[in-house]
Amino acid sequence: MLWADGVRHRFGAVPALDDVTFTLPAGHTLALFGPNGAGKTTLLKILAGLIKPSAGRAGVEGGRAGVGWIGHQSLLYGQLTVRENLRFWGSLYRVRGSVLETRIDALAARLDLGEQVDRRVATLSRGQTQRAAIARALVHEPTILLLDEPFTGLDRVAASELAHLVKAFARAGEGRATLLVTHNVEEGTDLATDIAIIKAGRLVEFAPRNARTAEQVGARYRELVS
Amino acid sequence: MGEILRDAWVVARKDLALELRTKTGLVSAAVFTALVLTVFNFGRDPTAVAALDLAPSILWVTFTFAAVLSLNRAFQLELENQALEGLLVSPIDRRSLYLGKLFANLIFVGLVEAVGLPLFALFFNIPIINILLPLAGLIAVATVGFVAVGTLLSALVIRVRFAELMLPVLLLPFLIPPLIGAVQVTARLLSGRPLSEVSGWLRLLLAYDLVFVSLATMLFSATVDE
Repeated sequence: MLWADGVRHRFGAVPALDDVTFTLPAGHTLALFGPNGAGKTTLLKILAGLIKPSAGRAGVEGGRAGVGWIGHQSLLYGQLTVRENLRFWGSLYRVRGSVLETRIDALAARLDLGEQVDRRVATLSRGQTQRAAIARALVHEPTILLLDEPFTGLDRVAASELAHLVKAFARAGEGRATLLVTHNVEEGTDLATDIAIIKAGRLVEFAPRNARTAEQVGARYRELVS
Repeated sequence: MGEILRDAWVVARKDLALELRTKTGLVSAAVFTALVLTVFNFGRDPTAVAALDLAPSILWVTFTFAAVLSLNRAFQLELENQALEGLLVSPIDRRSLYLGKLFANLIFVGLVEAVGLPLFALFFNIPIINILLPLAGLIAVATVGFVAVGTLLSALVIRVRFAELMLPVLLLPFLIPPLIGAVQVTARLLSGRPLSEVSGWLRLLLAYDLVFVSLATMLFSATVDE
């Protein structure tokens, strides 16, 4: 579960978020849409504990230890191999020893990293790097997945793989929740159980997706944001 | 505390692995040290001023600039692929992150000093074998203070433009007290005087280390959190 309760935030004199309140229960995947500068990434960072809100409270169940974070950057060290990166990030989450090695091998197999797991990240393609970034986000078996524009720069095949993995994450265990920030209404809607739209720092829509299609969500988005 | 230090070592080990993989920073700083000593060696008039009178200042000016050069890279590593974001989302205590960077920087600067010290002895024809142990101890004590402040300030300037210029501008004023102490103690050591003559300076250096390591550890969170 993740929640925000009356969250407001300002960057100096510039308001970024204004009274954002919602709760995303376990088992749900929320797609958060909004134009540039609407406050999507700020909200995500507040939920992850990267930014302290000016007012209100926000967080995720289990705290930072339960968060898997995927951004449009990989957060990986280019001069280390994928395996060395995963060992480092796993250790930070107190996953160590044989448990960590087993997880790395399992993730490498699941994400089809193959021999790339022992190659330096700097030598990987964009798609391979993104798969390695997903392995990094999952190595500590998080219960909350926060994704910030993860489809940026991905080709169609890599984007499809990522969407498949996000779905697999949601299905893989109880108590899991996902928040996906994206511009891509089609991909976001396809993954979501709930849809939120943010405009100028205010949450103007938060509703179950139900049977709405991407076209219907896109029309609603344009109606609210224009 | 054990967990904080263990996490700190994980961070330090990663930084050292990255450095050893490329050796760019280490080689650059070592070459810089050698060049500064060379310039000082040929830029002085040996008939006007005795080497022994200039040597302590030259040693510490060289080590100070080499340390600044080395410290610049401490958080630059974390800008690659926004790894810093991942570190801040992870559950490790901010103090672990600071101490990890401090450990890595101490080892890194220590290696540069280990290269610089024999070159210093060679260029200025100063026998240091007999005073090697107390001189190494002095260098270690003074370096801890330099690096403690430098590590904090390198985190502070990481998000500003011209970070490479900002770091020395902010750092050098803080280094004046330990520099004076280090030069005074070095001068006594090179002259073969007893350390009891400079016990006050040694106490100042130790107090500086204690105060700034503690302060920097406490203040670090405020420098990296938004």
